[in-house]
Amino acid sequence: MLLLVTLLVFVLLHAAPGDPASMLLGQENTAADLAEARRRWGLDQPILVQYLKFVRTAATGDLGKSFRFSAPVKEVIKERLPATVELAFFSIVIAIFLAIPLGVWAGARPNSWLDNFGTSFGLFGISMPNFWLGIMLILILAGTFHILPSGGRSTYGVAGASETGFYFLDSLLQRNWPALRDAFVHVVMPALALGANMVGILMRVTRSSVLDAGGEEYVVTARAKGLDNHAVLWRHVFTNALIPIVTVVGLEVGTLLSGSIIVETVFAWPGIGSLLITGVTARDYPLVTGVVLMYTVAFVMINLFIDALYAVIDPRIRY
Amino acid sequence: MPSSIRESATEAPRLAAESRRDRPRARRLPFKVAAGGAIVAVLVVVGTLAPWLAPHDPQYQALEAMLKAPEWFHGAHFLGTDNLGRDILSRIVYGARVSLLVAFAVVLISGFVGIALGAISGYFGGKIDFAIQKFVEVVWAFPALLLAITILAFLGQGLFNLILALVAQRWIQYCRVVRGQTLSLRDRDFVAATRALGAGSPRIIRRHILPNLLQISLVIGTFSMASAIISEASLSFLGLGVPPGIPTWGTMLADSRSYISTAWWLALFPGLSIFLTVLGINLLGDGVRDLLDPRLKRAMKT
Repeated sequence: MLLLVTLLVFVLLHAAPGDPASMLLGQENTAADLAEARRRWGLDQPILVQYLKFVRTAATGDLGKSFRFSAPVKEVIKERLPATVELAFFSIVIAIFLAIPLGVWAGARPNSWLDNFGTSFGLFGISMPNFWLGIMLILILAGTFHILPSGGRSTYGVAGASETGFYFLDSLLQRNWPALRDAFVHVVMPALALGANMVGILMRVTRSSVLDAGGEEYVVTARAKGLDNHAVLWRHVFTNALIPIVTVVGLEVGTLLSGSIIVETVFAWPGIGSLLITGVTARDYPLVTGVVLMYTVAFVMINLFIDALYAVIDPRIRY
Repeated sequence: MPSSIRESATEAPRLAAESRRDRPRARRLPFKVAAGGAIVAVLVVVGTLAPWLAPHDPQYQALEAMLKAPEWFHGAHFLGTDNLGRDILSRIVYGARVSLLVAFAVVLISGFVGIALGAISGYFGGKIDFAIQKFVEVVWAFPALLLAITILAFLGQGLFNLILALVAQRWIQYCRVVRGQTLSLRDRDFVAATRALGAGSPRIIRRHILPNLLQISLVIGTFSMASAIISEASLSFLGLGVPPGIPTWGTMLADSRSYISTAWWLALFPGLSIFLTVLGINLLGDGVRDLLDPRLKRAMKT
C-alpha cells in the first residue's frame, strides 16, 4: 500500500519539468558543477534505480537527505512535526467542544431556535474557506484590535529551551507560565481557522445522528422508565449516535491534515505543512517525498485507529 | 414529582414525532433550494457576462489610483483598488469565471470517470472490481489537497493541470457510492429480466443501471462542486493554481496578505465571494438532497 503511494509520488516528481540541480545552484555555475551536483544527489540515474534505492533506504527509516536544508529529511521533519501535531490537536479540541454540544442540542430539539442557529452555524462552517477565515482573524484580532499575535508559534525569548518540541508540554514541564500563555495565544487563531470546517461537518453529523437515535424504541423505553431528559439524551441517545460521529472525526482528520498545509502558510506556523510548500518551491525531491509519505502514513494510521475505536464504543462490533 | 413524570412521559413521543416530522422538511426545503439556486444563478450570469458587467479592465493598472478604499457609489471604484491600482470589483467578476469554469469541468470529468468506473466495478465484480478498488484505495490514502498540491508542484501551473489535480481524487467519491448502488441494483429482478430478454452488459449498464444512479450522482456533484471551488481557491492562494495574469479569488487573497494591516478590502471581498458561492452551492445541495429522496442521506454516508 505505502509502496504504491511512494511510487505514485516518485513518478509524479520525476515527470515534472524543472531541474532541481540548476534550481539549487543558482545562476552562476558551469555544466561541470551541474553534473557534479546531479551525481552527488543521484539524479543522473534512471528513475527506477532512484526509486528502488529510495525504497531500500526508506525501509530502514532513512528518508534521504534534503537538498534545501542539507540535512537528513528525517531530522527536518522531526523538528517540524510537533508544531503540526500541536495545531491539529487544538483544532480537534475546539471542533469537538463546539460542535458536539451544539449538534446534540440541535438534534434533540429539531426546528427550535437553537436548532436553526446550530444548522446555520454548521452550514457557515462547511462553506468557509479556512485560509480566508485565517486572514480575516488576523485582520480583525491582530491587525485592528491587537489582541493576538498574527503568526508564528512563540514570542522570541519567552520560552525556555525546548525539550519535547511541543511548546505546551515544555512550558508545563518547566512550569513556565508566561511561555504557556504565549504558546496559547499563538495557537488560538490558527486552530480556529483550521477547525472551522470540522466544526461545521461534525455539528451536522452529530445533529442528524442524534435525531436518528432519538426516534429509536430504547429511547422511548428509557423515558418510560422515568429517566430525566438529560440522562436520556446523553446516556442513551448520544452514546448510540457516537459511531457516525467518530467516523466523521476520523475522516475529517484527513481534511485537517490537508488544511494544515494552507493554514500553516497563512500563519507562518513552522510545521510540516509549510515545510511541504517550501520543499515544493525548491523542488526538494527527498523532502517532498518524505513529507507526503509522512502525511499519508499519518492518515492511514488515524483511520486504523478509528476502526479500532469502534469496538470500544460499540460492544457489538468485534474484530 | 407528578408534573415531571408527566413531562417525561409526554416528552418521549414528542421527540420521536418531531424527528419523524423533521425528515420530509416540507417547510424549509423551498427556502434552501431558492436561496442556493439564486446565488448560483447570479454567479453563472456574472461569470458568463463578465466582460459586459465588469466596470473596468481587470488587468488595467491605474497606478495613480493604487490601494483606494471602496468608494461605493461615490467614485469609479466601487470596491476599491489593489496595490497595482486594479479595480477589485472587476477582478472579482472575472474571478467568478475561473471558479465556475474549473468547478464545472472538475465535477463533470470526475463524475464521468467515477460513475463509469464505479458502475463497471459494481456490475462486473470479480477481478475487475478488485483492481479498481485497489486503485481507489491507493489514491484514497492521500489527504485530498495534498495529492492536488503534489500533482501541481510537479506538473507546473496551468488551467489544465489544475483541473487534473482536482479531479485526481474527486472521482473516488462517485466511484465508491456508485459501486455500492450498482452492487444492489445488479441483482434486482428488472436487470435479470432485461438480461433474459437478451440485452448485453453495456446496454444494461447504460439503459437500466445508470438512470438509477442519476439522483445520487447529482447530489454528490453539488457538494463536490462546492469543495472544488474551495480547493481551487486554496491552490491559487498557494500560488499553485491558475497562472498569474488570470484574476482569481484565490490569487487576489494571496496578494492581499502583504497589505493586510493597511488595506482590509483586498482580503474581505474576494474571500466573501468564495464564501457566498460555496454557501449557495451547499444550500442548493442540501435542498436538492432533501427534495429528491431523504433516503439518499443514508446512502451518502457509506
